[in-house]
Amino acid sequence: MARYVAGRFAGIVVILFLVCLFTFVIFFTLSPDPALMICGKTCTPERIDQIRGVLGLDQPYFTQFWTFLTAIFVGRDYGSGANLIHCAAPCLGYSFQTNQSVWEMVVDRLPVSATVAIGAAVLWLLIGILAGLLSAVKEGTWWDRTAMGLALGGSSIPNYVLALALQYVLVVWLQILPFPSAVSFSDGPVLWFQSYLMPWVVLATGYACLYARLTRANVIDTLAENFMRTARAKGLPPMLTMRRHALRPALTPIATIFGMDFAALLGGALITETVFGLNGVGKMAADSIAKNDQPVIMAVTLLAAFFVVVGNLVVDLVYTTLDPRVRITAK
Amino acid sequence: MSDLLVVEDLTVTFPTTRGPVDVVKDVCFTVGSDETVGIVGESGSGKSMTSLAIMGLLPRGAVTRGSIRLDGTELLGRGDKDMRRIRGNQVSMVFQDPLSSLNPYYTVGLQIEEVYRAHKGRSRKAARKVAIEALEQVGLPDPERRVDYYPHQFSGGQRQRVMIAMALVCSPALLIADEPTTALDVTVQAQILRLLADLRRESGTGMVFITHDLAVISSIATRVLVMCRGEQVEYGTAEQVFSDPRHDYTRMLLDSVPRIDDSPIDEVMS
Repeated sequence: MARYVAGRFAGIVVILFLVCLFTFVIFFTLSPDPALMICGKTCTPERIDQIRGVLGLDQPYFTQFWTFLTAIFVGRDYGSGANLIHCAAPCLGYSFQTNQSVWEMVVDRLPVSATVAIGAAVLWLLIGILAGLLSAVKEGTWWDRTAMGLALGGSSIPNYVLALALQYVLVVWLQILPFPSAVSFSDGPVLWFQSYLMPWVVLATGYACLYARLTRANVIDTLAENFMRTARAKGLPPMLTMRRHALRPALTPIATIFGMDFAALLGGALITETVFGLNGVGKMAADSIAKNDQPVIMAVTLLAAFFVVVGNLVVDLVYTTLDPRVRITAK
Repeated sequence: MSDLLVVEDLTVTFPTTRGPVDVVKDVCFTVGSDETVGIVGESGSGKSMTSLAIMGLLPRGAVTRGSIRLDGTELLGRGDKDMRRIRGNQVSMVFQDPLSSLNPYYTVGLQIEEVYRAHKGRSRKAARKVAIEALEQVGLPDPERRVDYYPHQFSGGQRQRVMIAMALVCSPALLIADEPTTALDVTVQAQILRLLADLRRESGTGMVFITHDLAVISSIATRVLVMCRGEQVEYGTAEQVFSDPRHDYTRMLLDSVPRIDDSPIDEVMS
């Protein structure tokens, strides 16, 4: 098992390195010259050269890439002499737009994205799995048809449409919720809850619909398994039969999908955060792409990749405890 | 030998879009408290439906008529709660495919223990002891260790032994074995058959043995019921059915068994 995990970690390092390389190639070499962007309208060739020197853009691409990589672990210096700026590890550079340390920007915004992701996940797991379960048990009834119809409809509504509609109804018209903003929990739990409620609902809707349909399909498949017939032939109480024999096999695949979805969301819910103006990693990504702020783009890409590969590993490790058939071969 | 199971005029009907269809029609047979009755027929002949009707496990929508009496008590028309007390306890079942019939997520120990605990209401510890004894009884080596194994860690024959241990752990009066050897290879088939016959004799359990394999039936059953398209075409002692079949279908079935002295070329040419 230890060897397996070590191997997986090595894999993660390779993947993250490749992600770094690809993002670097795409955003640093194929985009417009950052020195021009930083310099602004009143610019002289000397000034541009100076900026290029400070940022290390006059170096060969390979050296630039290497500096970028090592900076993450040991930090780096920009400029020299009196103008020297030290960027401490983990150094992801400075935003071309605001001159803020990218690492600090990420640390600032990650809690907002995490709050959005966790709240939405709780909602969609509860609603999706419960609705799916009920539909499976009551397969073919009006409840099943209504729930699955709603799920199909819900998964086809785009996030931003739902977000705008909810905002109009709840904030503008009925005025029962404040306009969403990244309120911190210490500002008061009620306000915090009210501010995040709409982003949670909007983000959770699509997932809840998907999970309801997945759960329904999995449970129906499991109920038709031979071992379910065995459980009934053993005269076990119906709740035990359902809980022990049907739910665990049916929900194990859902746990896998959930791990991946959730990890991806930690890298920022781009549309939801942007529509509600929440300053999370997702909005940061959208803003940085719009303004071609390369260090920030690099950082959000790396961050998202990091969460996805780590999430993947966690899912695989959890799976070995959920499914005994995987456990044995993983040893 | 008293009558343990009496099945009279059992009819199972399924509603279809083209009207009701009888998958089992007017089937009558009895099983003594210490004998094996074989039910033979090709697939779709209603053998399995008959056994599921006895267990009260027919699919939703099935309508059952007639009478099924176990030890004098009528089983048909009983509520699910009543039937649950009987299933696994007084009547238990061994199915065809032991791999898919065992839940892959739980150890075989837990799966045996849960039957015992559901019916006898004992502690986990007592149930575990019984589970180990049951595994030993079906001839699994090293049962103390293997009780914590998962189904996929056993071979096909061993899995069927586990299923048999699970079926017999509450000492039922009747065991229904639905094609228990069909999914196994020939040498293992013989071992499982011997095990079933031995255990049945030791415990004095009545057995209904369902198969499409006449050779298997002749070695294990005292009485034989032949089914075809849901109907009972022949019922009698094994000797009588095999040596003097009354019905054309039984004769056809018997003729379909390949013999070692058959001349395959002649048959193909003729």
